[in-house]
Amino acid sequence: MGGAVLAGGLAGSEALAAGENADNLPPNIPEWMKTPGDPMGSQLYGTPSPFEKSVVKNIPKDLPQYLSASGRTPLQDLDGIITPNGLFYERHHGGVPTIDPAQHRLMLHGLVDKPLIFTMDDIRRFPSQSHIYFLECSGNPEYEKPYGKTASDIVGLLSCAEWTGVSLKLVLQEAGLQPGAKWVVAEGADAAAMTRSIPIEKCLDDAMLVYSQNGERLRPQQGYPLRLLLPGFEGNMSVKWLRRLHVAAEPTYSREETSKYTDLMPNGSAREFTFYMEAKSIITRPSGGQRLSAPGFHEISGIAWSGHGKIRRVDVSVDDGKSWQEAQLQEPVLTRALTRFRLPWHWDGQIAVIQSRAIDETGYVQPTLAELLAVRGENYYYHNNAIWPWRIAADGEVTNANA
Amino acid sequence: MPTRELCIAALVVVTLACAMRAQAQSPYGIGRSATPAEIAGWNIDIDRDGNNLPAGSGSVSRGHEVFDQQCASCHGAKGEGGLGDRLVGGGGTLVTPEPVRTVGSYWPYAPTLFDYIRRAMPQNAPQSLSNDDVYAVSAYILNLNGLLPADATLDARTLTAIKMPNRNMFVGDPRPDVKSPACMTDC
Repeated sequence: MGGAVLAGGLAGSEALAAGENADNLPPNIPEWMKTPGDPMGSQLYGTPSPFEKSVVKNIPKDLPQYLSASGRTPLQDLDGIITPNGLFYERHHGGVPTIDPAQHRLMLHGLVDKPLIFTMDDIRRFPSQSHIYFLECSGNPEYEKPYGKTASDIVGLLSCAEWTGVSLKLVLQEAGLQPGAKWVVAEGADAAAMTRSIPIEKCLDDAMLVYSQNGERLRPQQGYPLRLLLPGFEGNMSVKWLRRLHVAAEPTYSREETSKYTDLMPNGSAREFTFYMEAKSIITRPSGGQRLSAPGFHEISGIAWSGHGKIRRVDVSVDDGKSWQEAQLQEPVLTRALTRFRLPWHWDGQIAVIQSRAIDETGYVQPTLAELLAVRGENYYYHNNAIWPWRIAADGEVTNANA
Repeated sequence: MPTRELCIAALVVVTLACAMRAQAQSPYGIGRSATPAEIAGWNIDIDRDGNNLPAGSGSVSRGHEVFDQQCASCHGAKGEGGLGDRLVGGGGTLVTPEPVRTVGSYWPYAPTLFDYIRRAMPQNAPQSLSNDDVYAVSAYILNLNGLLPADATLDARTLTAIKMPNRNMFVGDPRPDVKSPACMTDC
């Protein structure tokens, strides 16, 4: 696993690790300096070094079927706040369609003055905008064990990108909203014709129709050629392969917003239309599956995010929650984007439990799993934003302290 | 201000107002009108009140046949689940440690069944069933859940009239519902 072994501060002459060749180490000249490398054009679309081939999407091996399924971002192997497009998490409900953009249409109808049909060229003629936002699946993770071993296993249905497209508000105004327009039902052009209802307030606020991600056109897995992007809302609502927007007075109460994506409480009631992803954070380094090779200096680093806006503060505890200290936040701290945090740490070689806690600009404090369970019970499925502790053993092995 | 300039100023104001009004209609002039036929072909949304349900009908017995052919391999012969979700039973389990969420125990609105089956099922060939067969399969699943007699036939009116057992159990979003103190020392 790439990045799984953390350097522990080597001193003096090196002991050879597995796969190392003394001929390439000081004082010798490494072999890759003695002959020219690959010529220009040997890769027309660049891919990672072959030595990073283990950094891939985390796909569960034992799913009953893979058409309605999810794949996770390897958060513990990434730095910064931007997720590479090839590692962005995926969730689809009827497979990934292959759509010819020349044959794709967006229909806008319902409570509008002028129902419209747009080609992709039409969509790209609107004034464009770019923003960095996170996207997170609402079931990330479940409330019941087993929770998984790595940061990716636990909260890997989370990624962050720079999105380019058009403000949904502009497109709605083009058709003219009629009085009584309170919801917009969005439908995908996939084999599930995935459908969610979005409140008009969100549609007229920061909602986007997106055609590019991190500078290039959307990948098929992310909705090529067009998707909805609802910053801070549960990922399922940012409908991919978007083909239709139906402006209505009421939600459509689709299967995805009644039988799924609703939260069952202990008394048998179920919360519906639970849109926002609340503040959350996790330490990605060191994290489950990694190993501290020796006592000494180790930087603690992780990511924090909130659907309600900017991260105000991240606290880190290295003593099993007995005391907390404020971490450094890496600029830029953006609204509804991942924020990278860091804390310098000297590991004394003893057993330790480390964890992080996010506080967003509304003052909301990320809760513990016990605090969430006390209010919501174990039948709740979505919106688990619990603090996640890692246990570090005396030999440096890092494991899930909640497992 | 001389009269002539006042007139010009007034004209500019009127012209601007007209321009802004035209802008409010269609600010960018992008896209083309969607025809009623195009909208009818694509708009398959059925809301909880059954609006936009198509003509047609289907019986429980026909639904049994279609289910055996199209659905049972994933959802089980009696809707007990398999590769696909369990569709039947689970009544009374939502307050237990092992809640079983099915069409019968959890789904709040019957027309959603038509909407979902038509748009997404069967998974290997969505939007391939006739409207009559979608009514029929909906009828059979409701029958398996004890919500429709075995000799019943469903259409837009009768599907909309069915009151699902869990209908009144859905509530709004009360979050933030969990308050955590940001303790810093001696926690």
